[in-house]
Amino acid sequence: MTEVPAVISTAPVDYLLHLADNALVLGQRNAEWCGHGPVLEEDIAMANISLDLIGQARLLYQHAAQRINAEQAPARPLTEDNLAYFRGVPDFRNYTLLELPHHGPLAGTATSDRDYATTIVRHFLYSALMNLVWEQLEHSRDERLAAIAAKSLKEVHYHLRHARDWMLRLGDGTRDSNQRMQRALDHLLPYTQEFWTTSPAEREARALGCAPDMESLRQAWDAEVDHTLAQATLKRPAGPGHVPRGKFGQHSEHLDYLLADMQSVARAHPDGTW
Amino acid sequence: MSEPTSGTAKALRDWPLWEVFVRSKQGLEHKHCGSLHASDAQQALQMARDVYTRRQEGVSIWVVPSSAISASEPADKAEFFEPMADKIYRHPSFYDIPDEVGHM
Repeated sequence: MTEVPAVISTAPVDYLLHLADNALVLGQRNAEWCGHGPVLEEDIAMANISLDLIGQARLLYQHAAQRINAEQAPARPLTEDNLAYFRGVPDFRNYTLLELPHHGPLAGTATSDRDYATTIVRHFLYSALMNLVWEQLEHSRDERLAAIAAKSLKEVHYHLRHARDWMLRLGDGTRDSNQRMQRALDHLLPYTQEFWTTSPAEREARALGCAPDMESLRQAWDAEVDHTLAQATLKRPAGPGHVPRGKFGQHSEHLDYLLADMQSVARAHPDGTW
Repeated sequence: MSEPTSGTAKALRDWPLWEVFVRSKQGLEHKHCGSLHASDAQQALQMARDVYTRRQEGVSIWVVPSSAISASEPADKAEFFEPMADKIYRHPSFYDIPDEVGHM
């Protein structure tokens, strides 16, 4: 046999985990609205979107687990569940933006404090980003990642449409809804600075041809945000502020609570099935 | 209640009701599958997508304001529908359908 083996290119595990953790953490956050949504129809819509995100996370974790098993051959092969439920806060690689609770900086954590404006603004900022990222990842040299991107791109098209719709309705709604949206935007926009920093995993993935240069997406993202904010009669806050480092594993205190909520059952009953 | 911040969009406290029709596949008709509340037609379509097609039920959606539908009165049941009960000859069940016609 003189066949040349195909060159297999795989994105670095840390980069796959960054994408997966983003999807899982925001999916978990937004799923908190399930049964508590502002209206029944929107409750179902947001739950659908959360399930899309959790579905994306699953595919990415499966990919990462297979890669880890192939490289490190652990005594007991890892599964997607190990990655989602048995890693702690410093191991998570999601953007800090995505773990924040559904309310402003000084509010408590009670269900009644949840603010849908915060939910929608974050949903919009992230969907506008992922709309560009998945489009690029469709051409990733990691074929499995490219396939996940193709599936996710269709989903995020709808997410962005849904988010933009509510940005306009609430931003250009009543005085009260406009003020709440503006407050949420002022609170959340500084966190998006993390999008444009480069982690070692991103640098490595890009060098392998598996991931886009994030800086190259910035202009298109800014244009999408500015266009939508103008239509929604919202003002883009000025000033840079603190640059979060969630994708480097440095998180806010909020991720602890989110993971505790999400992981406690799996950790109390390891390998449980139901 | 707050004043609208501009004239282009108006927040409605009470969203009107819409009837939702879904076509399950190309070639079939749209069938009524339920109703929902939404502030306008675009939102009604998106919500119908999320509420009624999340299990792959459809390829096309219509939404119609419920207020645009004129319905028969339940009180008219006797004169509207009951006279048909004893006219079974109107059912095309007295014919033998040739095999080559297949499913009808």
